[in-house]
Amino acid sequence: MRFSISPEMATQEVQPNETLSNLKAESDTLKTKLEDERAKLHDVELHQVAEKVDGLGQFIMKTRRTLKGHGNKVLCMDWCKDKRRIVSSSQDGKVIVWDAFTTNKEHAVTMPCTWVMACAYAPSGCAVACGGLDNKCSVYPLSLDKNENLAAKKKSVAMHTNYLSACSFTNSDMQILTSSGDGTCALWDVESGQLLQSFHGHAADVLCLDLAPSETGNTFISGGCDKKANVWDMRSGQCIQSFETHESDINSVRYYPSGDAFASGSDDATCRLYDLRADREVAIYSKESIIFGASSVDFSLSGRLLFGGYNDYTINVWDVLKGTRVSILFGHENRVSALRVSPDGTAFCSGSWDHTLRVRNGQMCTFTHFCFVLQRLGKHLLCSLLCWLSFIRSSFPSSTKMSIHHGFY
Amino acid sequence: MTISTLTRGGAQREQQHCLRKMERVIIAMQDPDIGLKMRNQRLLITVIPHAMTGNDIMEWLIQKYNITDEEAGHLGGLLVQYGYIYPLKEPRSLILRSDDSPYRFQTPYFWTSSRWPASELDYAIYLAKKNIRKQGELVDYEKQNYNLLHKRINHTWDFVVMQAREQIRASKQRRKADRIVLECQEQAYWLVNKPCPGAFDVFDLGPERCNVLNSRVILNSSLLFFLLRISSVPNNSLSSHFLLSLSCVCSFMKFCDQYHQHDPIMSGCLPSNPWISDDTTHWTINTDLVGTPTRLRVERWSFSFMELLNDCLGRREFMTYLEKEFSGENLCFWEACEDLRHGESSKIILKVEEVYKTFLSPGAARWVNIDSKTMERTLEGIKQPHRFVMDDAQMHIYFLMKKDSYPRYLKSDLYKNMLSKAIVPQETKKSVFPFMRRQRHSSPSPAMVSQATEDNEPKYL
Repeated sequence: MRFSISPEMATQEVQPNETLSNLKAESDTLKTKLEDERAKLHDVELHQVAEKVDGLGQFIMKTRRTLKGHGNKVLCMDWCKDKRRIVSSSQDGKVIVWDAFTTNKEHAVTMPCTWVMACAYAPSGCAVACGGLDNKCSVYPLSLDKNENLAAKKKSVAMHTNYLSACSFTNSDMQILTSSGDGTCALWDVESGQLLQSFHGHAADVLCLDLAPSETGNTFISGGCDKKANVWDMRSGQCIQSFETHESDINSVRYYPSGDAFASGSDDATCRLYDLRADREVAIYSKESIIFGASSVDFSLSGRLLFGGYNDYTINVWDVLKGTRVSILFGHENRVSALRVSPDGTAFCSGSWDHTLRVRNGQMCTFTHFCFVLQRLGKHLLCSLLCWLSFIRSSFPSSTKMSIHHGFY
Repeated sequence: MTISTLTRGGAQREQQHCLRKMERVIIAMQDPDIGLKMRNQRLLITVIPHAMTGNDIMEWLIQKYNITDEEAGHLGGLLVQYGYIYPLKEPRSLILRSDDSPYRFQTPYFWTSSRWPASELDYAIYLAKKNIRKQGELVDYEKQNYNLLHKRINHTWDFVVMQAREQIRASKQRRKADRIVLECQEQAYWLVNKPCPGAFDVFDLGPERCNVLNSRVILNSSLLFFLLRISSVPNNSLSSHFLLSLSCVCSFMKFCDQYHQHDPIMSGCLPSNPWISDDTTHWTINTDLVGTPTRLRVERWSFSFMELLNDCLGRREFMTYLEKEFSGENLCFWEACEDLRHGESSKIILKVEEVYKTFLSPGAARWVNIDSKTMERTLEGIKQPHRFVMDDAQMHIYFLMKKDSYPRYLKSDLYKNMLSKAIVPQETKKSVFPFMRRQRHSSPSPAMVSQATEDNEPKYL
C-alpha cells in the first residue's frame, strides 16, 4: 500500500470516542477492502513472465573458508568494502575483525554486554559499529597498534530504550542508521552522538534494516515483529510505503541490486519479493519441506539468486525470477543467523549459532565443467598414487619433502 | 532486560509456528492412507506395536516432498530432535538413522508444543521414579538436577515421592509392551525438554521479542484511516496498472540479464575466483585507481549513470571529459553536496558557506547553471543551513548530467578508447597439482592505508 501523508493529516488527532477495539475493527475492514481492490487489478506474477527465461543449471557450492574463533553463537556479520575483510559479533560480547581470505583475526573487542546482535563495517574500513542488549550502538575506530586497547577509543553513538537489532553506516563513516526492539529506527551523527531523525511506525520490535542503493539514496527499508516491511524517507522521517503479507516476524530485509525491489525473510518459513514501483508482493519463495524461519537473506550481484539462511541450519538458494529453489546447502550445525554476499559478489559468508562463519561460493554446473571436475579428480588420484609410491621409496632420508593439501573442503 | 530460555512472547510465538508445521508433517505421516506403513518391532523379547524404521521415514519424506536423501535425512533429524519421533534402540541419541533402526511417533500428550514449558514438579516425579525403580539409573546431570530440585521444592517432596510410588505401582499392572512404550515416551519427552548440558537444546531461542505494543496499534489504525481517504480518490485505470505491473516485472529480467556476466557466482570471474584459487589477481586488477581497468568494468559504466559515479575510476574519467567540455563544475558541485549530506554535523555550516562561495554566489569561480526557481529556493534555504539544504540544486545538476553529459560521454572517443584499451584477463589454467595450496597473502588493512594519507581536503577545490 502506498500512502503519501500530507502534513495536515499527520497531525490530526484521534477522536476520543474511538475506542481501541473500534479502531482495530475499522483497520481490519480497511485491510480487507484493500485486498479486494488489489485482487481486481489482475496483477501479473513474476514467475509467469519469467517462463521464457533460461532455467539455471545445478550449482556446486563449496565452503572455501571456515572462520573459527568465536566461543559462542555468531549473531551478525558484515563485509568490508575491500571484499575480503569481515566483522562478526557473537553472544558472549566478542566482536572480531577477520581477514577472511587468510582466515587471520585482525582485531578483537569484548563488548560490556552479551548478545551483540548488530555489527557493521564502516565504508572507509577504519571503524566498526556494534550493539545489542546494551541498547546502544558503539563505534570502535580500528587501530593497527597491537598494544592499543580498542575499547579505549570506543564512541557511544546511539541510545535506544530496548535492544539494538541492526545497524548500518550510510554512505560515509559519519552517520549510522539503527533499528531497535523499542519499535523505532533512528539516524545518528557519529561524531556528536546526536539523533538526526527518528522513524516511528512499527507496532512492535524492528528486527532489520537495509539502505537503498538507488541514485537518490534517501530511503531505507525495515522489517519487524508486526509482520510489516516499511519503506522510509530518511529526510522527513515518514513511512512512504508499507507491505504486510508475511504471516510472522520479518527477520531480514535486503534491497534488490537495482533498488527497485526488496526481499524479506520471515519466521513463517518464506522469503518474499516486493516491487517498490508496482507497490506489491511479486514472488514468494517457499517449499513445503521448509519448516523453519528464514533468519537472513541476500542477493547475488546480478540479483538472479537469493540466498536465505534458515533456522534449520541450512541455506536455500532461490532463483529469483522463476521462484524455484536452485540448491540447498548444509554444513552448519546450528541455526544460520547471518548471511551476506561480498561487495563484489565473489563469495557469500554465513554466520551461525554453531560458533563458526563459512565463506562459500560456487559455479553453475555445465557439461564441460562437469568433465573438468572428473578430469581433476582423475589427476588427483594419479598424483596421490605417485606421492604414495615416492613416500614408500623415501625410506632413505631425502632433502625435499612434499606436503599434500586437499583442495576440496 | 533479562533473557530466559523458556520465554513467553515473541520467541515462543516463533517456536510455536515451527512446531505447528512439524505437527502437520507428523499427522500426515500417520495418515492411514498416505502415511507410513507401521509394523510391529521386536525389541529384545518384547514386541512393540506401531513402529517404523528410519529408512521408512526417509523414503516417505523423499517421496512426499520430492527432495534429496540429504534433505530428507536433515528434516527427519529435526523431527527427532524436537521430540516428535523417538528412537527405540538408543533412546539417548536423538538422531535419525537411515537404516532399519526402529522409531515410534510420540504421543500428542507428550508433544513439545502441548506441554511447554515443562513443569518442575513433573520432572521431579519423573526423576524420583527412575531413582526408586533402579538405584544408579540416574545419569550425572540428572543426579545434579534431582538434588537441585530436592532443595528447591523441598516442601512438596513428600507429594513427589508419593506420586512417583503411585505411578510405578500403576505401571506394574500394565502389560509389558505398554509399560515399555510408556517409559520410552516419557523418557523421550524429558530428553528433549531437559537435555544433557552441552547437547542441543530446542528451547535455546535468543533474546525475547516483545508482543505488539498496544499504544502503537492506535497510531497504525489512524494511518490506515488516512489511507481510506486517499484511496477514495479515483485510481489509475485497470489497464495502466497492469502495464505498470508488467513493466516492473520485466525490468527484473532485464537487470538480471544485463548483469549476468558480471556476477561471479553465475558466470565465474577472470582470471580466477580468489576464494577458489587463492590467487588475488582478480582483486589487484580491479582496485579503485588501477592503471588499466578490465573490460567488464568499463562496460558496466554504460549500464547506468550511478554505476559510472560509484566507480572511482569512472568518476575520474567522467570528470576529465567534463573538463574538456567546460562543465566540470557540475560534477564538483554534486560531489560537494554529497560531502555535505553525509558529513559531520559540526561542519555543515562551514561546508554550506564554501559551496555557496564556490558554486552559487554571483561571480563565483565555478558557477553552476541552475534554473532560477531552484536557485531562489536554495538561496533562501542557505539562510538557515542544514544538511539537506542543497538537495534540490543537487538533484537538478544530477539529472542535467545524467540526461545530457552522460549519454554524450558514452559516445565520446574518450570512453571508446578506454573500452578498447581495457584488458580482458586470461582465465588461469588449473594447475597440474590441484591439491597444492597457494600461499595466501594478507593485504594492507584499509585502516592502515587511510592513516597513511593526510586528512582529505575538499575535493572540489
